[in-house]
Amino acid sequence: MSMPVQEQDIEQTVREVLAAHGRLPVSADQISASDDLYRAGLTSHASVGLMLALEDAFDIEFPDRMLTRSVFESVSSIAAAVSELLAA
Amino acid sequence: MLPGIAEAAKVAADHAAEVDKDARFPVEAVQVLRESGALAALVPVSLGGAGAPFESVARSCFELGRHCGATAMVFAMHQIQVATLVRHHEEGDWFAGYLSRLVDSPRLIASVTSEVGTGGDMGRSIAALSQAEGGLCFEKKAPTVSYAAHADDYLTTVRRAADAEAGDQVAVLSSRDQTTLEPSGTWDPLGMRGTCSPGFTVRATVSPDQVLAAPFATIASESMVPISHIVWSHLWLGIATDAFDRARAFVKALAAQKPGEPVPAAARLSHVLSDLSLLRGEVGSALRDFVEMSEEPGRPRLSTMAAALRFNSLKLAASEQAPKVCQGALGVAGIVGFKNDTPFSVGRHLRDTMSACLMVANERIHETNAGLLLVAKEV
Ligand SMILES: Cc1cc2nc3c(=O)[nH]c(=O)nc-3n(C[C@H](O)[C@H](O)[C@H](O)COP(=O)(O)OP(=O)(O)OC[C@H]3O[C@@H](n4cnc5c(N)ncnc54)[C@H](O)[C@@H]3O)c2cc1C
Repeated sequence: MSMPVQEQDIEQTVREVLAAHGRLPVSADQISASDDLYRAGLTSHASVGLMLALEDAFDIEFPDRMLTRSVFESVSSIAAAVSELLAA
Repeated sequence: MLPGIAEAAKVAADHAAEVDKDARFPVEAVQVLRESGALAALVPVSLGGAGAPFESVARSCFELGRHCGATAMVFAMHQIQVATLVRHHEEGDWFAGYLSRLVDSPRLIASVTSEVGTGGDMGRSIAALSQAEGGLCFEKKAPTVSYAAHADDYLTTVRRAADAEAGDQVAVLSSRDQTTLEPSGTWDPLGMRGTCSPGFTVRATVSPDQVLAAPFATIASESMVPISHIVWSHLWLGIATDAFDRARAFVKALAAQKPGEPVPAAARLSHVLSDLSLLRGEVGSALRDFVEMSEEPGRPRLSTMAAALRFNSLKLAASEQAPKVCQGALGVAGIVGFKNDTPFSVGRHLRDTMSACLMVANERIHETNAGLLLVAKEV
């Protein structure tokens, strides 16, 4: 089953932002959508940069309730949060 | 307050000067705390404990702080570990059994979070778990382990495995007979002398079920960090309150000597009171916020950046305000406050509260806040 086009785009953009701002020790395309980014080496410092870059890339603002570790835990959890905000 | 605290506070007060002078562990007061059940008070009713509310632990830290800062710090650090286990154990796991056993045989738990090489950055570890005969083992170079020589168990943060990233940590509870402590330093500090906190190389071999299942990052943000800041600031407030009370006793004695005459020190005392009031207000409101956030199912707000900023701000404010109050009290009492052997002595109070800004360096916390402030919306 394939994802709807828009969701695929979102995930692709999330990956690009992650590659540019996540400062991960591994390449972003080695990471599966459900991999734990913190276990992959995302630091709390880098996660702040990632959040800001995502807000900029999608022209959104994460509300406080979304600014938690669990939302930024994986590519798919980030993409889900972004979709929710874009749909609102 | 918890049962036993009033008595422990009295015993702690009797030995406070000597504990400070000799940098020795407050054995007498901690013995009272052990016997009274206060060490296990947070164990929930479902595990056979008293299920005491967290507020009563925080208030007990304040009360002990009014009598002996070191005793209060030992009690507070132990309660941070118990509260962490209570909030993050899973039904039927090894930790549930451990907590049940605490009720009948009280044990004192020490904390091994800071590390040589990462300092006060609790969110990163160098030491790691590795496979060993009989379970999992680790070796950690700890710069400061309070009451290590007097503890029954140690809660240590390490990386999940040898190939794990620095932030991929777990918390491990090892008992004294599973742990060896190789001293790596001495303990002759400025204040909090009775906590007996020299450095050690800590080595332990544990069974895999002695590793808390939740990632340490979650444990830290939902529990260990806010709880530390709350219990610490309660005891710093306690120390500052006693310094204020001593200055006030001095002013009253002065006024009694010359009835009817103006007492300039009384006006200075009023300045100290306004500093103390600010501290008291912040400590009380942080406790209320924390309890409210903890009572929500799943504790969603505790893992937000706004909550991190809230409790970091408490720590920064309290650690700056408490020594300020003590210094103000010294200014009121003058030489009799400066001397170590008068009823108005506040030297110990000042020295003890000066540890507050480096128990996790304030600059480090400001640096964390600086990042959070860029993204958080409401603060
Ligand atoms: C009384 C007492 C008892 C303690 N008990 C224990 C215990 O039982 N268990 C335990 O694990 N630890 C314990 N500690 C250790 C404590 O919690 C800190 O982790 C430790 O004091 C930090 O050591 P540090 O100041 O060398 O390191 P760092 O935190 O590395 O700080 C060193 C210096 O660098 C500065 N600095 C650090 N990071 C930054 C930054 N990002 N931006 C700007 N400046 C920065 C700080 O301001 C500081 O001046 C205790 C400390 C005290 C005082």
